[in-house]
Amino acid sequence: MTRFHLGRWLRRAGSLAICLILWQIASSLRLNLGIVTFENVPLPVDVVSAALEFLRSPKFFAHISSSLERVLAGFGIAAVIGIGLGLVIGRSRWLGDFLQAPLELLRPIPAVAWIPLAVLMFSSSELSMIFITFTGALFPILLNTVHGVESVDPRLIASARSLGSTRTAMLLEVIIPGAAPNIVTGLVIGMGTSWFCLVTAEMIAGQFGIGYYTWESYTLQNYPEIIVGMILIGLFGMGSSALLRAAGAALLPWHTKDSK
Amino acid sequence: MTTHQRSFRAATGRIEANHVSIRLGRGSSAFEAVTDASFEVSPGEFVCLLGPSGCGKSTLLGALAGHIKPAAGVLSVDGQPVKDPHPERGIVFQHHTLFPWKNARDNVAFGLKMRGVKRRQRRLEAEKMLDLVGLNGFAGRYPGQLSGGMQQRVEIARVLVNQPRLLLMDEPFGALDALTRLRMQELLLDIWEQFRKTILFVTHDIDEALLLADRIIVMQAQPGRIHEEISVPFERPRMTGIIASGEFMRLKQHCLHLLHRDRPGDTLPRLSPLGL
Repeated sequence: MTRFHLGRWLRRAGSLAICLILWQIASSLRLNLGIVTFENVPLPVDVVSAALEFLRSPKFFAHISSSLERVLAGFGIAAVIGIGLGLVIGRSRWLGDFLQAPLELLRPIPAVAWIPLAVLMFSSSELSMIFITFTGALFPILLNTVHGVESVDPRLIASARSLGSTRTAMLLEVIIPGAAPNIVTGLVIGMGTSWFCLVTAEMIAGQFGIGYYTWESYTLQNYPEIIVGMILIGLFGMGSSALLRAAGAALLPWHTKDSK
Repeated sequence: MTTHQRSFRAATGRIEANHVSIRLGRGSSAFEAVTDASFEVSPGEFVCLLGPSGCGKSTLLGALAGHIKPAAGVLSVDGQPVKDPHPERGIVFQHHTLFPWKNARDNVAFGLKMRGVKRRQRRLEAEKMLDLVGLNGFAGRYPGQLSGGMQQRVEIARVLVNQPRLLLMDEPFGALDALTRLRMQELLLDIWEQFRKTILFVTHDIDEALLLADRIIVMQAQPGRIHEEISVPFERPRMTGIIASGEFMRLKQHCLHLLHRDRPGDTLPRLSPLGL
C-alpha cells in the first residue's frame, strides 16, 4: 500500500521535474522553433529568485489578499445563488421552464465579455471584478445542482413519503443529501472557473491582485515575474479546489466509502 | 407485551378492497393493470398475493401504500379510504430504498424523526428495532456497507419502528440467495408472531406463499384480476420441514395448476408500482 503510494508520488514529482528540465534547456538555448520562440522566456532560476523576492516584498500580501477576497466573495455569492436556484429549478418544473430561456442565453457568454458592461454597471471596479468572478462560478454550480436534484432516485422520494416525510424534511433529508455529490462537483469546477475569470478581470480593471501583478510585470518587462504570477494563479486554483474536494469528502462519508 | 396492547393491536389493520380497478401509464400507453379486485384481510392476518408477472399484484400493493390512485372502487384500511402514503402503511420493496447517506440507525430512526421524537429516544428505539431484526452491532454502518439480506432487515426495521397498521411487502426477498431468503422468511414469521401486524406479501414463489401465509390470493394476468383464494391450513409456528409434507405438495400442485392456466401471451410493460 505505502509502496504503491510512494511510486505514484515519485511519478508525479518526476513528470514535474522533466517539465522543469525541458523549460531550462529551451530557454537557456534560446530555442527558436519558428512559430514559437523561447528567446524572451526567462530561466527557471530567474523565476525562482523573482518569486523569493516577491514573497519578501510588502506588496505580496496586498496582491494575494485582494485576489483571495474577490474570489471568496464572488464564489461565495455564486455558491449561495447557484445552489439555491438549482434546488428550486430541480424541484419545480414550472420555475425550470420559466428560467430556462434567460439562463441558456446567459450561460455561453464568457466572463471576459461581461467586463465592459460590468464596469459600466457597478459603482466600483472592485464590485465589477467580484461580479465577473461570480458569473464564472455561477453556471457550473447551478447546472450541477439542477442535475443532482433531478437525479435523486424517485424511489427514495416515494419511500420518504411513505415514512411520513414533510416537505421541508424531504428537501433537507432527501433532496439535498442526494444531490450533494453533484453539488460538490459543481463547487469544485466553479472554484476553478472563478479563478480564471478573476485573473482576466484583474488584468483589465485591477489595482492589486495576482492577475494585475502578472499583467503589470509584462508592461514593465519583468519577464520572470510573469511566470511567478502564473504559477501563483495555478497554485491557488489547485489548492482551493483540493480544499473543496477534501471538505466534500469529509461531509459526505457515505459517498466516498461507497465508491472505494 | 401487555394484554391491553395485544387487544389494541388485534383491532387494527383490516384491509377492504371493493371492486378496485387501477390504470397505469399515460395517454395512449395507458392500460388497466388491475380489474375489479375485491378482497378482505382481517387484522393480524398474513396474506400472500400470488401471481405471474403482469398480474397487477405489485400495482395493488402500491395502491394500498397510497402511491397510486385506483381509477374505480375503494381501497380502505380500518374503514378509512387510502389517499396518500402514510407511515401506518409501511412498504418494503424487492430492492431496498434506504437512504445511502444515513447509517442503519438513522435510516430506522427516520420515521421517528418525522414525528418529532427526541434524538436520544430515536436512537434508543432504532437500536432496539435493529436488535429485533438481528442487526445488533451494525447500527453505524451505511447501507452500502451491508449485504442484501442486511439491507432488507434494516428496511423492515425502518417500517416497523413506525408501528404500522399493516406491512406491505413487494417481493422483499426476491433478490436474495436461497439460503438468505430462507433465513429472512423465518425472521419475518418470528416478527409477525411477536407483533401480529397485518401483512400483505406479494410473491410469485409458490413455496414462499405456502410457507408464510394464512391465506393466498391467487391473481391472473391479462387482465390483472383476482382468481381464487386459498386458505393455508398449516399450524404455527411453522417449520420449514412442512415443505416435504403431502398437504403442502397438494396445495402446491393446485397453485401451479392455477398459475399455468394463465395463457402466456405478450407480457404487459412493467411499470413502477409507485406510479412514478
